[in-house]
Amino acid sequence: MLKFILRRTLLMIPQLILLSLVIFMLAKAMPGDAITGAFMGNPDATPEQIEKIREKFGLNDPWYVQYGRWLGKAVQGDFGMSYTHQQPVTTLIAGRVENTVLLSLFTAIMIYLIAIPLGIIAGRWTDSWADKLIVTYNYVAFATPTFVFALLMLFVFAFVLGWFPYTGSVDIKIESGTWAYMVSRAEHLVLPVMSGAIIGTVGTIQYLRNDIIDQKTKEYIKTARAKGVPEGRVYSRHILRNSLLPIAAFLGYEITGLIGGSVFIETIFSYQGLGQLFIQSINLRDFTVVTALVLISGTAVVVGTMLSDIILSLVDPRIRIE
Amino acid sequence: MKDTVTLNEKELIAREKLNNPSFMKTIWREILHDKMALGSLILLIILLSTAYLSPLFIDQAALTRVNFLNTWKPPSAANWLGTDDGGRDVFGQLMIGARNSFTIGIAITVIAGMIGLSYGLISGFYGGGVDNIMMRFLEFMMVLPTTMFIIVFVTIIPNYNVFTFILIMSVFLWLGKARLIRSRALQERELDYINASKTLGTPSWKIMFFEMFPNLSSLVIVNMTLTLASNIGIETGLTFLGFGLPAGTPSLGTLVAFARNPDIVKNKWWVWLPAALLILVMMLCINYVGQAVKRASDARQRLA
Repeated sequence: MLKFILRRTLLMIPQLILLSLVIFMLAKAMPGDAITGAFMGNPDATPEQIEKIREKFGLNDPWYVQYGRWLGKAVQGDFGMSYTHQQPVTTLIAGRVENTVLLSLFTAIMIYLIAIPLGIIAGRWTDSWADKLIVTYNYVAFATPTFVFALLMLFVFAFVLGWFPYTGSVDIKIESGTWAYMVSRAEHLVLPVMSGAIIGTVGTIQYLRNDIIDQKTKEYIKTARAKGVPEGRVYSRHILRNSLLPIAAFLGYEITGLIGGSVFIETIFSYQGLGQLFIQSINLRDFTVVTALVLISGTAVVVGTMLSDIILSLVDPRIRIE
Repeated sequence: MKDTVTLNEKELIAREKLNNPSFMKTIWREILHDKMALGSLILLIILLSTAYLSPLFIDQAALTRVNFLNTWKPPSAANWLGTDDGGRDVFGQLMIGARNSFTIGIAITVIAGMIGLSYGLISGFYGGGVDNIMMRFLEFMMVLPTTMFIIVFVTIIPNYNVFTFILIMSVFLWLGKARLIRSRALQERELDYINASKTLGTPSWKIMFFEMFPNLSSLVIVNMTLTLASNIGIETGLTFLGFGLPAGTPSLGTLVAFARNPDIVKNKWWVWLPAALLILVMMLCINYVGQAVKRASDARQRLA
């Protein structure tokens, strides 16, 4: 087991190095560089002065020296200055992280709250009308693009029915820390979370349904039935114990996927998170922020995938044998 | 004497064809059997032929002409779906958008399909060290945040147009296919016909693309139909965010992009809602047909 964890962690290192290298090259291809954010706003800077600053910041060094320095700083959390916001990128991102993490976390919770009961029902009563309904729902959810669904949710629940606010992550008039603030926060979360969750259930439902159908015919279930275990307990104690564990392990993939996929939902609901910051920054050509965000979400995916792989191997020893 | 032999051969071939219908025939039978799939196919054909034939009865030049006396008109007899901020007819734009989105979806699917197919075949055919290196690279590509990368590329590329957009999309969308083809190619390479061909000295590329590929073709067709829908979704989504098709080429996403303004979402629904629903209907239909094709490719799942 320890060997597997060690090997999987070591596998992550070349991935991270390659990722940072690709993003560094991408950043080099973008117009502007690390000093643009800090000094280009000053119209008095002469070309000679800029050249001096470039020399001082080592922008005339060979690329591998620059890459080493950039990576060293990034590891310590220094991503340079944002040109449009005139503040360190780290501060800017830190202000948004909470919103995106909240959104992803609640979306993941909602996905499980919807998917697990539906998956169990569909798997237990296969070919019943409930199963057919769930399979149809799953099929439609699979085919629906996130942005179309989020827009329809916005239109129906925020505008036509007017149940929820349509923009922002909290009402700005309410003071932070009060009960009303929390309520407003929650109200602003409902639509983005539900838009992500309702069509995000596909994989989980499908996996659970197939796995339960698979387990039903296994010998150990026959044994359980033969010794007189009541039907409800066959499911709750025998089948589900086997089927639910891998689902828990998928959490890692799920959350990293959500952080990356939040671009659409955050843009549509004007939710102040990392995805919206990414779109805003790229529209303003604020490339220091863009680079930092791509690096962060790439790293999150690498780490999340690793965690899920490790949890999955803990839960299911067959995976380790490979 | 000779005649009877040929007759028997012909008969044999005919009988074999009857017993082993071609993949296309199986697909057709499966679709005919599944009424939802048949309905989806018919609806899709109607939608697409209207969109592709629309230049015959819609004046395209009028669609680009700005008419400030006619802005934001709700649906009426003259403008079936009203007009947009420049007084242009929304219905006409919807048709052109559907055409562009579908064409580009097909182009991306074909190009990405070819990349994925070649990559998977090479990796699976050679196996061993080659496969190992190619798979590590593929795994790395899969952890990249695709949406963000496409958006960054779209922004920094110097001469950005429809073709470069298709290329950028294709570069990131072949990964799943390559993995699928590779796993099948790995099984296929152990079979006798490949070994026989190798012994006879057939060049590797010929074995891969002319002997192995035909045996994987049904897998490729299934995968392409299903990814076509998702590719259209990704393209319209990116265009919606403003990082898809360039302004000169309206897509369905261009119309939906009006909905980034809350006032338009609420009060001028006729501009964005039809396009959003059309995307939804197209995706549902393509997926339904795709599911039927998928079932046809696997004898255990067939309904017909």
